[in-house]
Amino acid sequence: MPAIELENVTRVYQKYSARHRFQTFKSALVKGDLFRSLKADELVTAVDGISLRVEKGMTFGVVGENGSGKSTLLKLVAGIAKPSSGRLKVEGKISALIELGAGFHPEISGRENVYINGIMLGLSKKEISRKFDEIVRFAELQDFIDAPVKTYSSGMYMRLGFSVAINVNPDVLLIDEVLAVGDAAFVPKCLDRIDDFRRRKKTILFVSHDLATVEKICDKVAWMKAGRIQMLGEPKRVVDAYLQDIAAEQEADFQKQKAAVDLEQKWEEERREKRWGKREIEIGKVLLKNLRGEEKHVFTPEEGLVIEMDIAAREPIKDFVFGIGIFNSQGTSCYGTNTYLEDYEPLTIEGQGRVVCRIEKLNLINGTYYLDVAVHKRDGYPYDYHRNLYSFLVSSTLKDVGIARLPHSWTFSPAIKIEPPGR
Amino acid sequence: MVRLAKNLKEIYRYRVLIQNLVSRELKARYRGSVLGFLWSFFNPLLLMIIYTIVFGFILPNRSSEFGNSPWLYALFLFSGVLPWVWFSSSSIESANVLMIHGNLIKKILFPAEALPIVTVTSNLVHFSFGFPILLLFVWIFGKPFTLYMLFLPVVVLVQFIFSLGFSFLLSALTVHFRDIKDILANLLTFWFFSTPIVYPYSFVQKYKVIKTLVDLNPMTHIIEGYHSCLFYGQLIHWKKLGLTLIVSLVLFYIGYAVFDRLRDSFPEEV
Repeated sequence: MPAIELENVTRVYQKYSARHRFQTFKSALVKGDLFRSLKADELVTAVDGISLRVEKGMTFGVVGENGSGKSTLLKLVAGIAKPSSGRLKVEGKISALIELGAGFHPEISGRENVYINGIMLGLSKKEISRKFDEIVRFAELQDFIDAPVKTYSSGMYMRLGFSVAINVNPDVLLIDEVLAVGDAAFVPKCLDRIDDFRRRKKTILFVSHDLATVEKICDKVAWMKAGRIQMLGEPKRVVDAYLQDIAAEQEADFQKQKAAVDLEQKWEEERREKRWGKREIEIGKVLLKNLRGEEKHVFTPEEGLVIEMDIAAREPIKDFVFGIGIFNSQGTSCYGTNTYLEDYEPLTIEGQGRVVCRIEKLNLINGTYYLDVAVHKRDGYPYDYHRNLYSFLVSSTLKDVGIARLPHSWTFSPAIKIEPPGR
Repeated sequence: MVRLAKNLKEIYRYRVLIQNLVSRELKARYRGSVLGFLWSFFNPLLLMIIYTIVFGFILPNRSSEFGNSPWLYALFLFSGVLPWVWFSSSSIESANVLMIHGNLIKKILFPAEALPIVTVTSNLVHFSFGFPILLLFVWIFGKPFTLYMLFLPVVVLVQFIFSLGFSFLLSALTVHFRDIKDILANLLTFWFFSTPIVYPYSFVQKYKVIKTLVDLNPMTHIIEGYHSCLFYGQLIHWKKLGLTLIVSLVLFYIGYAVFDRLRDSFPEEV
């Protein structure tokens, strides 16, 4: 039996132009367009004909870019927004963790706010009294509960809001991105609570940008794009498809940018600042490709990275070293090497040529990277040095941290019960 | 009409919430102020003193109705100013209330109409705080306590409906026209002097145009209701007050209809 059922639900927002903000009653009366000025200038479809069934006891994730309609969908289910058309049915009591502590009044104490917030969320006074201690304990605010809420830090505010909302004990819990603001100690506690809900077979609708958590806790995931459901199914599959789509979009953006930049002379000038050397040996075009030879901007670790440099030497030169360096966005050197360090012995170079550096597995963590390429003498005298002129992105589903991903594996003795990834 | 009835039922369901919001409103207002809730009769008292000095002593108002006594005049003033302050503060606060509590409308499942209701109701509570003082003055200045005072709740009810209708209209329109707040401030000054608060109703009989204007003003008959019960000690004017009730109900209906029509635009505009 479905806990949440949407049938062809559309939500259209009225959008008023910026001019509307400054419109006055006086001018509307003078111009005689009082009624016209109350009409919207433009309609925006935030959710476009969505049909969806969420079974009871299911944890249902929604992912998608900003502005894809996720939050509107959640607001529709919560009843904050009404569908413009279509049918929507929700079984049982709903609690929405959308804006925590939205109803708090800064001047009055945390205690009074808990009561009012609880009532807003559909509890009776008696129920709140019963749960009051639990709410305060969970929020870790025993010492501050009688202070006015305006004296709270944003973390305390959020904790109290979460604590009230979660103690409403709903049948359907809606969560929108709220865990993003908690401190390091509170977030696991919240996740625990959510886990607890799942065990008790409550229905959860979870909207988040934290794909790792979505993958971990959801039974089913919908990917929303431009107000529609692009894909619906098993979490891993949907999240992967979503990531691929993002990567493809970034790639397209990069290509567009590159096309635009190639035309512009300005880029050349900017380049000069980040490039030095007399260019006895010159590095011409530098291309970044994957192992299959496709020119790219966003790489997965498995794709590998191939750096191709076109080289031109004006005269025969006997002393030369080719090098590369990879830096992350903080400017930390992640990896650097050159032919001299690897004991290649330069003999001679003349005319046109090409140097290819092939990295079989790009073992870097997710992020943006900058690339140095250079050709110089063994003693370091630069012929042509390109400093951070090229960039690429690494994107993978793994969430490890640090600088590099060291190849590794885990083994556990039989007494340790641990579930491998992918359940 | 059916929709209105349905919505009113919905509001009734939220009565605990409204009740709590009203008490929150009152608590928050006096939290951190030295005199606390004493302010609720301090303001009208101050107003009364000023008017008494100006119209009782500086510009003496030697009317038989006040027995040439500035103190009786002060009582007359106070019995009109107190309900007027309820009406005017409700209106001014309502014009802002949706914007101030925008968070509630935008972020949680919350009936927007609760907000103007809370505003008018919390100001009613204020008004009732000032009431003991008013009765005290009635007693001090030797006006008799009559059975006609029992009709006061009827007058209060009419004013409540009228105020609420006006507040619905204001709160909804201000979301779209921010200058209503400024217009309202001027309008209320004009309105105040078109209502027999500073002067007795009998004074306007001489000037036809002014009399028509004052008669058309619903607040006239509401304030006259208070005067009848408290000052003159006579029966309220049933016909005029009954008509005012009808006008109030019509205003309530219009105000609510406008509010309901514009409701969907609130979350985006506040």
